[in-house]
Amino acid sequence: MFTSLSSHAIGQLACWLEGGGSLSQGNMAATVLPCLLLLSVGWIVGDAAQGGGDTFREELLLTPLRSGDIAATFQFRTRLDSDLRREKVSHYRLFPKVLGQVISKYSVQELHLSFTQGFWRTRSWGQPLLQAPTGAELWVWFQDSVADVNKSWKELSNILSGIFCASLNFIESTNTVAPTASFKPQGLVNVTNHSLLRYATLPREVVCTENLTPWKKLLPCGSKAGLASLLKAERLYHSSYHSQSVHIRPICGNADCTQVSWELRQVLTVVFDLYSSGMGKRDWSLFKMFSRTITEPCPLASESKIYLDTSGSEKDDDLFEVSPFTAHESLVPVHGDKKLYTVYDLLEQSVFNTSRNLNIALKWKGSPSSDAGPPLPPVCHAERYVSGYGLQTGVINTMIYNNHPYRAFPVMLMETVPWYLRLYVHTLSITTKGKENKPSYIHYQPAKDRRRPHLLEMLIQLPPNSVTKVSIEFERALLKWTEYPPDPNHGFYISPSVLSVLIPSVTSTKTEMEDSPLFATIFPSSDGSSYFIRLYTEPLLVNLPTPDFSMPYNVICLTCTVVAVGYGSFYNLLTRTFQVEDRKGGGIVKKLANIIRRIRGVPLLDAGSLQRRKGHAAEAPQIGAME
Amino acid sequence: MGLLSDPNRRQALSRVVTRLNTPLCIISYLVGMGWFLGLAFHPFTLRTYISENSMGSTMVEEQFQGGDRALSYAREFAAHKKASGGSPVAWLERTMRGLGLEVYTQSFVRTLPFPDEATERYMVKGTNVYGILRAPRAASTESLVLSVPCSEGQNNNQAVGLLLALASYFRGQIYWAKDIIFLVNEHDLIGMEAWLEGYHDVNVTEIKSSVMMGRAGAIQAAVSLELNTDVTTSFDVIVEGLNGQLPNLDMVNLFHAFCQKNTLLCTIQGKLQRSDYDTFPGYLHNLQTLLLMVLKQGSGRPQGDHGLFLRYHIEAITLRGINSFRQYKYDMNTVGKTLEGMFRKLNNLSERLHQSYFFYLLPSLSRFVSIGIYMPAIGFILLILILRSLDLWIKLNRAGTTTEDGAADDDDQDAKPGFLSLATPIVICHATGLSLYYIPTMSQDMATDHFPVSESEAVVLISIAIYVAGLALPHNTHRYLTGAGSDQGWMTLKLISLLYLAIQLSCIALINFSLGFILAITIVPVAAIVQPTGPKVLYGILLVLVTPATTLLGSIFLYRELIEYPVSILECWQLFLQAIAGGILDHYLRRRYRAVKSEQAGQPLRVFYTEELNVIGGRNGGTILSSSREILLSWRLEILVLIAWDWIFNSFVFLFDFEIGSTGVVFHETS
Repeated sequence: MFTSLSSHAIGQLACWLEGGGSLSQGNMAATVLPCLLLLSVGWIVGDAAQGGGDTFREELLLTPLRSGDIAATFQFRTRLDSDLRREKVSHYRLFPKVLGQVISKYSVQELHLSFTQGFWRTRSWGQPLLQAPTGAELWVWFQDSVADVNKSWKELSNILSGIFCASLNFIESTNTVAPTASFKPQGLVNVTNHSLLRYATLPREVVCTENLTPWKKLLPCGSKAGLASLLKAERLYHSSYHSQSVHIRPICGNADCTQVSWELRQVLTVVFDLYSSGMGKRDWSLFKMFSRTITEPCPLASESKIYLDTSGSEKDDDLFEVSPFTAHESLVPVHGDKKLYTVYDLLEQSVFNTSRNLNIALKWKGSPSSDAGPPLPPVCHAERYVSGYGLQTGVINTMIYNNHPYRAFPVMLMETVPWYLRLYVHTLSITTKGKENKPSYIHYQPAKDRRRPHLLEMLIQLPPNSVTKVSIEFERALLKWTEYPPDPNHGFYISPSVLSVLIPSVTSTKTEMEDSPLFATIFPSSDGSSYFIRLYTEPLLVNLPTPDFSMPYNVICLTCTVVAVGYGSFYNLLTRTFQVEDRKGGGIVKKLANIIRRIRGVPLLDAGSLQRRKGHAAEAPQIGAME
Repeated sequence: MGLLSDPNRRQALSRVVTRLNTPLCIISYLVGMGWFLGLAFHPFTLRTYISENSMGSTMVEEQFQGGDRALSYAREFAAHKKASGGSPVAWLERTMRGLGLEVYTQSFVRTLPFPDEATERYMVKGTNVYGILRAPRAASTESLVLSVPCSEGQNNNQAVGLLLALASYFRGQIYWAKDIIFLVNEHDLIGMEAWLEGYHDVNVTEIKSSVMMGRAGAIQAAVSLELNTDVTTSFDVIVEGLNGQLPNLDMVNLFHAFCQKNTLLCTIQGKLQRSDYDTFPGYLHNLQTLLLMVLKQGSGRPQGDHGLFLRYHIEAITLRGINSFRQYKYDMNTVGKTLEGMFRKLNNLSERLHQSYFFYLLPSLSRFVSIGIYMPAIGFILLILILRSLDLWIKLNRAGTTTEDGAADDDDQDAKPGFLSLATPIVICHATGLSLYYIPTMSQDMATDHFPVSESEAVVLISIAIYVAGLALPHNTHRYLTGAGSDQGWMTLKLISLLYLAIQLSCIALINFSLGFILAITIVPVAAIVQPTGPKVLYGILLVLVTPATTLLGSIFLYRELIEYPVSILECWQLFLQAIAGGILDHYLRRRYRAVKSEQAGQPLRVFYTEELNVIGGRNGGTILSSSREILLSWRLEILVLIAWDWIFNSFVFLFDFEIGSTGVVFHETS
């Protein structure tokens, strides 16, 4: 039974790789293939009810994590009801003009950009809603009308770099790849030719307030009203994890998908470490986390809600107490399981208290047991490390855990390795439970020195309750000395591996775009039997053989010069023999004199031009000897 | 001109080399020794300073106040340790998790090649417990390690207490940019090696350990702490690591800076710095410290848990708290503050420690001798070998020309020593080296079956037996070889041996100066003077005196004298046997290349040696273009050492045999 299920799942993921292209706006309703469903459901059908005019929805999700920390996920969704690809849009209401223009100019089909500080600890925090790799990540699908994708990509990344005050201009051919299977369009699709896709990460990028400010400016209300007023940089960066992202994609404008709308989804995830900020106490409130409270929703928003994950309290009612009390609760399918959420609708006046603000607080009743044991690991997580020592070779290892007790599922693993680590592909080994695990799909694009990185994509089937180790050996290249970045001894970052996983659901879930909260529709859920997540491992820091760039380097230059000069002269001194030669030719003075004499018609000093030429030739060994 | 191409000048030069050979050699030796002794002289040394910019002097303000907490943890830990009879794994896990760390364990099993009698262990089973404090601002790409050995008995309880108190304090801070790993390792070095191998997913020794789950990127620096008392009077910093590797000098400087800031007394080699450094007793004191460092480094033995980190290019030191009868005592708060300061400084590092020196000697904690200054000492001593071989070369050449010119029909054997006569003794020497390397551990079972000895005694005795046999073995072989007895024969052989010795000693000195120097000062003069003519008995005695085994014996004696704990000859012999057993064991446990001093003559190159080279090459950033150097090291030197390594003593053991052998022949013929 498992095998059939798993092969089905592989088929789905494979379809997910292959499919998409066949999808067009017209045949939506006729789509029956599960693999196409996987792509389409929830993604293409927008909330068409609103039709005409742009809409804006905002949402905050508060999730207590299993380690005791708390994650806050903000989502802001702006919808533009005109097609940026066809019409010349000149009037922008809610949708930021700056992004709209960029999309039209560069014929962007989809754009996903994220900035992240810290690392989502899947093992102790659980499955993320939307994880992003440390640093910056950008992936863009271009429309098939684009002639030179690389040029557009280069220009686009430079423009985004300006818009978001980030070093995205460091994206170049050496860190750009075109994945064949790991990243598929998430919106309305008519392209699947992966030569139109570009993907790059910058693991060294440092994220700070200068990236947050332009991000906030894209919101219709800015950070003046609504949920965005909580985004105070000082608190956001005082956290264990901070990730902000921008996702732009075309969606269906109405129910039968005859119109195209564009969706801008801005997601900000932040994880607060309650241990260090709360002196070991786990109680929290909005004010404690953000040092602000909410006073009003964004007046432009058609929906403004706060969701609080209370699924843990189902079993034990008296575990904690949430204030203010609200009767609104909703059961939302997330990660293949239905979870209970307490909902605060900010458009209702009743949620605000007498002083017209809202401060959601959670108090634990009784002290939590001192040792709950290690938190249970999530169904799927991965870690990566470099093994070996010395500066010549090494091994990149990725461990992928399937903690599902009885279901196998496939995972698409993508590794991007810079060219200066020379991968030995013949050493690639994938072992599960001590046995070799053969990937059902493998795509490898070797690196070219100073031009493009290695790209390795593999579809691996993970047996239930197993650890799979993927390892590949590499050799460290010796760079040219101008190629080292500042602080070369810090090491070189290797971007994280990307895992695209289809995990079997606990309960059959099917998400409808219309009414479900934004966080439930981040990734498409297929037929409900499984759900999709994308995980990133930690980036790696690898030391390359590094010349010493400090003062001794100058000393070496100096010593080399001295040795060369000194050795040369000593060698000459020891081995050369000098002989005095009778010079017939004479020096320059004599030659000059001869020239003058010839002009004057007077007999030359020496006899004839022949001898003069001889004299000229005799000079060469003399000069040699003098050196 | 043409100093070398002109035959007349060349002859004059060769005349100088041959005529003044002995005085030149003596001068060279004296200068070399003088230079070495001068290294401890205060005005000749440099003051230590922190080179790394990001660790500039006193930017952090330490706020650790958990001294009492540390002591209560220590008591609790002691109670649990006593109850569980080993490392209280469950309790440690629980406590660390309670502090908000990610906790992991690693269990390991190691069967020693033969029972270790000094610590009474054979099958070693243990569990390392470590907790990772995740830095909020980073993606676990870099980390720091604070390690504490969980020792037997009542040792190191306070260190574990302090580790937990520091972990609890560090957890509440927000400034961490690197993950911090708090490690409690069982069974000292074996546990440490198991953990490091697990962390780096390599298997250098044959430790079996469980799969390691939690990692935190590339470890940048590590501090190992040993603390036995509630109050400390001083801290001893230990630098000497595996195979004589040293951590970056900035680690020592960092500790020194914080000791000065917190007015903590700190020592090196257990010796406090004297203020009267310009007087003669002050100089002697510095020299003692320096000699102790040379002896310890030369032994190639890691002097603390930190020593094993160095192989992985992780800068590490061991800090040992000492409670002696001094007036000023420091409580746990001060000690904790010092460590906090160090970790916060290390946390500031933007690059690996690479600015300061990797090769140095420390005559006191605030003074150091860099590689550029100490290398000439061994250079002068090795010059003797070059001078001697030049002398032999010229003489051989002269002999060659005379035979060509004059009596050409002279004895053929005398004119050219055959290849066989040169190769055979060398091969035999290598064979003895190999057997010395493999047989002792291989044949221990047989020995214990037939003789009333324990395994470790068996190993040691077999080693000695092979060693002695190796001395005598070539005795009979050369007799059958033609030309070996002739002048040309011994000269050619000695020439080759001298050159090999020079190469090997310089290679060793480059990697482990102390070992190279100890060997050079004893062996070189004797190697230079011995020859088959002259007082043979005296030469024989001299050669026996400078064999590595005797040098080891002497070094042990000197060491005990230096630490003011002298031993009698008999005790020294016991220590000597222990050192040999320990050396062999160390080799198996930690892939120490068997330091000749604690081992004996001639070991063939081992595969792992290339690994050592890699590491050494990589660590060598402070001196020259490390990368190009590494490539050089990993190719040329590797091959060079490959050829050369097992010759080192064998060639000389052989030469010695040759002498004895020829004397034997002479005796035989005369009688």
